[in-house]
Amino acid sequence: MPSLKSLKVRITSVKSTQKITKAMKMVAAAKLRRAQQAAEAGRPYAERLSAVMSSLASKVTIGPESPKLLAGTGSDQRHLLVVATSERGLAGAFNSNIVKLARKTADELIAQGKDVKFYLIGKKGRAVIARLYPGKIVHQVDQSHIKNIAFSDAHEVSQDLIKRYEGGEFDVAHLFFAKFQSALAQIPTELQIIPVPLAAANDGAAAAGASAAVEYEPDEEAILTELLPRNVAVQLFRAMLENAASEQGSRMTAMDNATRNAGDMINRLTIQYNRTRQAAITTELVEIISGAEAL
Amino acid sequence: MADLHFELVTPEKLLRSEDVHMVVVPGTEGDFGVLAGHAPFMSVIRSGELQVYSGPNTVSARIHVEGGFAEVNEKGLTVLAEAASDA
Repeated sequence: MPSLKSLKVRITSVKSTQKITKAMKMVAAAKLRRAQQAAEAGRPYAERLSAVMSSLASKVTIGPESPKLLAGTGSDQRHLLVVATSERGLAGAFNSNIVKLARKTADELIAQGKDVKFYLIGKKGRAVIARLYPGKIVHQVDQSHIKNIAFSDAHEVSQDLIKRYEGGEFDVAHLFFAKFQSALAQIPTELQIIPVPLAAANDGAAAAGASAAVEYEPDEEAILTELLPRNVAVQLFRAMLENAASEQGSRMTAMDNATRNAGDMINRLTIQYNRTRQAAITTELVEIISGAEAL
Repeated sequence: MADLHFELVTPEKLLRSEDVHMVVVPGTEGDFGVLAGHAPFMSVIRSGELQVYSGPNTVSARIHVEGGFAEVNEKGLTVLAEAASDA
């Protein structure tokens, strides 16, 4: 049975842990609100861009001379998995869920005999991926200095990706991130970003009928060439915003649980402390009484 | 004449959504003015100054935009710019 003193120390320690988790929860809640606003503010741009993209894509026939970002390299042997995780831990299963999904896809691709490489955004996925797929990480983007994600950050990453793509480093890029649904639910999501998925182009075919008489300046193809890299950047930006919101949501939930668990633990320890104390008192009394009787 | 509905969107947020008289947009192949009832049109824009006219002769705002594109449809003019700031 633990001594009274050690129990007391234990209770104090759990109490201070509870204070920390409570503070983290509140910070996460405040950050979540901001991240959610940012994610919502970015939505109109992404929606309009994808509408324009799909209506354009349906007008341009894909041939050997069409932009590589749309048509692909003609092979799908080398895959690049862009895994966006957070810079900080203590966010529940947030990071491991994203990594788990990326691993699933990676294993499937490897089973099909494809080459898989990883491109990491954020540092939290690194340890697992480096252990399971040694030597497969081509680059890691450090975002620890960024407080609020700006479009320029996503733009830089997309420039780098496109440069690697055009340099022939890979044929297909998949992006992994957690889609924000609510503070309780974040869905790990996979998205193909390069080449720009053709499904979007097919969806656009119907929409294009309505705006058939649009005049383009310069021509459709030039606009499309201009838009494709931008689309990659916007997709990345959206993923980063969603990820930021998801991270905070996940952390908030995790810290809420931790605070509650700490509360339960304090209750349990307090009961044990009181019982131990009572037992000590009783023993003392029994000793005194039996001592008096013996006289 | 009815007013033109003008929206200026950047990846970070919807900057403006208002009814104006005319907007002059810096297109890659030259500036162009958009009034209400403009034919459907789409253009890539260059970095430059976008002028918002609240009346026939009054410029109510000058906005510096960086790269992006402009789309005119029956609903109005939408400018998707990479970055924008008041000039």
